[in-house]
Amino acid sequence: MLTEHKIKELEVKANEIRESIIKMLVEAGSGHTAGPLGMADIFTLFYFHVLKHNPKKPDWEERDRLVLSNGHICPVLYATMAHAGYFPVSELQTLRKFGTRLQGHPHREYLPMLETSSGPLGAGLSQAVGMALAEKIDNGMSADRYIYCFMSDGELDEGNSWEAIMLAGKNRLRNLIAVIDRNNIQIDGYTENIMPLEPLADKWKAFNWHVIEVSGHDFQALSEAVEEAKGVFEKPTVIIAHNIPGKGVKEFERDYKWHGKPPSREEANMALKELRTLGGKIKSEHE
Amino acid sequence: MLNPKLKLNPKIFNADVEQVPIRKGFGLGLLAAGEENKNVVALCADLTESTQMHLFADKFPERFVEIGVAEQNLATVASGMAAMGKIPFCSSYAMFSPGRNWEQIRTTIAYNDRPVKIVGSHAGISVGPDGGTHQALEDIALMRITPNMDVVSPCDSIEASKATQALAKSGRPAYIRLAREKTPIITTPDTPFKIGESQIFWLPDVGIAEVGIIVTGGLMYRALLAAKELEAEGIKTKVMNLASIKPMDMKGVIALAKEAGAIVSVEEHQVAGGMGSAVAEVLAQNFPVPLEFVGVQNKFGQSGTPDELIEHYDMGKDSIKASVKKVLKRKI
Repeated sequence: MLTEHKIKELEVKANEIRESIIKMLVEAGSGHTAGPLGMADIFTLFYFHVLKHNPKKPDWEERDRLVLSNGHICPVLYATMAHAGYFPVSELQTLRKFGTRLQGHPHREYLPMLETSSGPLGAGLSQAVGMALAEKIDNGMSADRYIYCFMSDGELDEGNSWEAIMLAGKNRLRNLIAVIDRNNIQIDGYTENIMPLEPLADKWKAFNWHVIEVSGHDFQALSEAVEEAKGVFEKPTVIIAHNIPGKGVKEFERDYKWHGKPPSREEANMALKELRTLGGKIKSEHE
Repeated sequence: MLNPKLKLNPKIFNADVEQVPIRKGFGLGLLAAGEENKNVVALCADLTESTQMHLFADKFPERFVEIGVAEQNLATVASGMAAMGKIPFCSSYAMFSPGRNWEQIRTTIAYNDRPVKIVGSHAGISVGPDGGTHQALEDIALMRITPNMDVVSPCDSIEASKATQALAKSGRPAYIRLAREKTPIITTPDTPFKIGESQIFWLPDVGIAEVGIIVTGGLMYRALLAAKELEAEGIKTKVMNLASIKPMDMKGVIALAKEAGAIVSVEEHQVAGGMGSAVAEVLAQNFPVPLEFVGVQNKFGQSGTPDELIEHYDMGKDSIKASVKKVLKRKI
């Protein structure tokens, strides 16, 4: 259980991260907006509560692994890592610029503290499966390094995703936890129009996964979902996180057109103003 | 004559020369690598015995992962295991890996710089009766154009075993190309092998070579037969074994071009993009000489026996000899 105080702290942190995302995107002049904003709460919960990690020692062997499969939402990964202390927040303004460590899609040659490079979709879960298999070889059923994979719903169109889902079910990888950014949008439109995924939970269940459905913006519920997943002994777990794309900025929310474009300066100013009032919870941005 | 320094198989030109599939050497090499290092793991896409991975799988079942017929998963799961400190060998037929999963190999193995070893068995036209869908003739190109990726194509099973063990220690992403068919044993356990090096298997009895023949993979035997007959006809050649296509022994290749002044490349692969192309890139920049390429000329294969196909696609002994004579005429 998260305390009221902790939830408040996470809310404020997620909001700071959303502000950073807007600022870095407008500075970069290209990149994805909806996904990063929608996943900000989940990233915040993981980096500030769930993960066993050490930002000052990113190659610590005993750390949990977090694989970001849909690399295009990396602004939220970079922003969260910066706020968690992996590198200075000021570096976020170099996103997508020549010579940056913060490549347009994550590349661990430039930023070795990343668990993997990603961008081409559908290949993150299988890498996470490989990590969990390696952990199982080394530590058997007592494996206590958790392997998390954050993935998008759109990338479930990829065959490689289902190959990975099958293999994880077969090998009963209990320390593997996938989190799907179920925001229902992809570049060309809404997922159920492009390539229907429903009944999504049933599909994963049929592949021998434990399935939890939860709001991606409810820290308490998300935290409980992770705890529940850790208690499942015979299966990998998928947390289908129902997310609002563009979450935090009313004008961006639920509109697939914000999948792959950055805000203009004007739109960014409007968004930052809205974020500073924490979605209306604070009456004045100067409060 | 056979290079006496390399301790090659003295019975190579005997009619009853021992023949073993190159893939068999991989299986033995992987077993040895697994015994030496507990971090060596193996993954297969439903072709465990066919790719000779069963030797490892039987001995170390806990370090073997059966992936099923899913080559994209094969490469990416291997990448994840490498991220945790494992040294994964992942095997399938070359047509499917790296044939089907090139982007996964590029992004999750090469781009990530993970020491995964991609094992492409049943490569080349000599897979025979299975027909063109199964004859990988583009795999060397796919792998050698990929940054960070080393490419090794052994000439016989003994060299395949050594190459496998060397790759287990290289710490780098690599592709190893294997063939299905029985191939004459050319080397011995005492023949040197090192990634990035080449060897001159055949050299003139006296004097210098007029043509250098650079060979990778299982056509080496036919190249040696060609060199022997050419010698009897008065044409002096050197035959280089270029198993390590990448990194390439550029110094050795340039030295051979300087000595002979003409080169013939020999490989069971498309001429476009293969080992011969790699040699041409090096020579064009450093020491241009006339070049002829023995390989498949922009065609797909078909069903037939390995011998029929190698002859039909002009990669046999006589085709090698003809190319040597042709390049000789082009020498200034």
